[in-house]
Amino acid sequence: MTENTSQNANVVVDALRSWSANAISEVSEFRGETTIVVARNVLRTVAERCHQDEKLQFNLLTDATCVDRFPMEPRFELNYHLVSIPRRQKVRLRVRLSGDDAVVDSLVPVWPGANWLEREIFDLFGIRFTDHPDLRRILLPDDWEGYPLRKDYPVEGYRDISAIATRYTRPRP
Amino acid sequence: MSTTVETATGAAKTMVLNMGPQHPSTHGVLRILLELDGETVVKAVPDLGYLHTGIEKSCEDKTYSQAITLTDRMDYLNPLGNNLVYCLAVEKLLGIEIPKRAQYIRVLLVELQRISSHLVWLGTHAIDLGAMTVFLYCFREREEILKIFEFVAGQRMMTSYIRIGGLALEPPTGWLQRVEKFINMMPSRIDDYESLLTGNRIWIGRTKGIGYISAEDAIALSMTGPTLRAAGVAYDNRKLFPYSSYEEFEFDVPVRTDSDCFGRYMIRVAEMRESLKIVRQAMSKIPSEGPIRTEAPGIVPPEREKMKTEMEALIYHFKIFTEGFSPPPGEAFVTVESPRGELGAFVASDGSPKPLRVHFRSPSFINLQALPKLIEGQLISDVIACIGTIDIVLGDVDR
Repeated sequence: MTENTSQNANVVVDALRSWSANAISEVSEFRGETTIVVARNVLRTVAERCHQDEKLQFNLLTDATCVDRFPMEPRFELNYHLVSIPRRQKVRLRVRLSGDDAVVDSLVPVWPGANWLEREIFDLFGIRFTDHPDLRRILLPDDWEGYPLRKDYPVEGYRDISAIATRYTRPRP
Repeated sequence: MSTTVETATGAAKTMVLNMGPQHPSTHGVLRILLELDGETVVKAVPDLGYLHTGIEKSCEDKTYSQAITLTDRMDYLNPLGNNLVYCLAVEKLLGIEIPKRAQYIRVLLVELQRISSHLVWLGTHAIDLGAMTVFLYCFREREEILKIFEFVAGQRMMTSYIRIGGLALEPPTGWLQRVEKFINMMPSRIDDYESLLTGNRIWIGRTKGIGYISAEDAIALSMTGPTLRAAGVAYDNRKLFPYSSYEEFEFDVPVRTDSDCFGRYMIRVAEMRESLKIVRQAMSKIPSEGPIRTEAPGIVPPEREKMKTEMEALIYHFKIFTEGFSPPPGEAFVTVESPRGELGAFVASDGSPKPLRVHFRSPSFINLQALPKLIEGQLISDVIACIGTIDIVLGDVDR
């Protein structure tokens, strides 16, 4: 099983490397899962390649999520979990983003299903996706302040009580 | 979210209707803004988040074992499946193997859970479309399944029975007889539901040809589960990426090509029958004796007797329940086939006793994304059929 997985992983890595020598900046394997780290500026082209290449056929974007490694920099790690249904394979694409410039290309043009997943990440982590057709908060109310899944956002209580207090005392329009 | 919908071109005669959040057929609190041209839906914008409780954030503040109880509360029709996917992810992170006996018991329970979830779906979907009787029948049988869960785990719904490293307790004697009684009774009950609905002219009129989505669109929108299988794609995690010894079971994955509400109904009914087959096989596979938890000192709580007699076991017990355990740094992403589709858990560890990040790929959330695609251009009465057919659980959508 593990042997098979790493063989399959090589297929993906080889295909991407033969297409563009510097598409992949890092490959790691942990518990049989392959993670391919790509640079932010090539994310969309790599994603398109994964989707369209006949040897890869990653037609399903099953999940996209973010990890905040605050106070490390670059603090954000975006993970895209791709599945190839015809080839029965999974792979993880990863992009690292720094805290003061958390902007990345949207993958909605490649997989329309990325729409809500990216909205969720925007909502909870405050990462902006360029070219996203409808980047609004999805789970939290529109006027929510802050991004709750960031590590510098507390689990309980108010982040800044005085700010919250002024919010509730200011005259409503 | 804003209360206005961008109006479509030349839509001076359209009106915006606010459906929900307190609408019985939204199965919870879902709000949909519908832009209507007469009775036709021009545009639909779902608005969610009414049940958002921040489960993923709460998990980061608990130890790995404590977070299990939170997973029950996401998709409340599939708590055992949620326990399973989270435990599988943590077990993968830890690199531990689970005894076969526990794996088979897990399979048996999640398949019963699948039947009970499909029963709730069938009953509520039928009541949305005007068939009251089916609802009562479905809940009668679901009650039997919940009684089995109560007998085994001590809880009807929020079981937290599947734990990291195995199961919470040894199942009580005589539980398999109760399961057997249930699965002997169930096939004829499924025939009853089918005799009420499958050939029913009203049911066919309300579901056939309604809510069509092509296989390409369904995959592009990341849809999974019965909705994708009704579109002709045999994507089932139990077959494609087997977990918990599913590769040892023989069952079929029902696939249809009509991809409408009726097709999805037929798929789910067929899945209930397949689940019964799996339960029957699991019953014969489960050894009567054997461990239900793996031997992993420091991770899995020791047997009660050992804890009372051995010093080392007592120390481990104390450490597990005070500070927890620390998996090696890394990430694990595991997907299972929940009744609603692909349920995934992503767990990231930084080497501390609390997870760095827990994320659930909830099938309801992602399948709901396709709702506008299903209902735009359809009649307003079909909106209810389409919401029902995706089988959403709002606790799972909002988490």
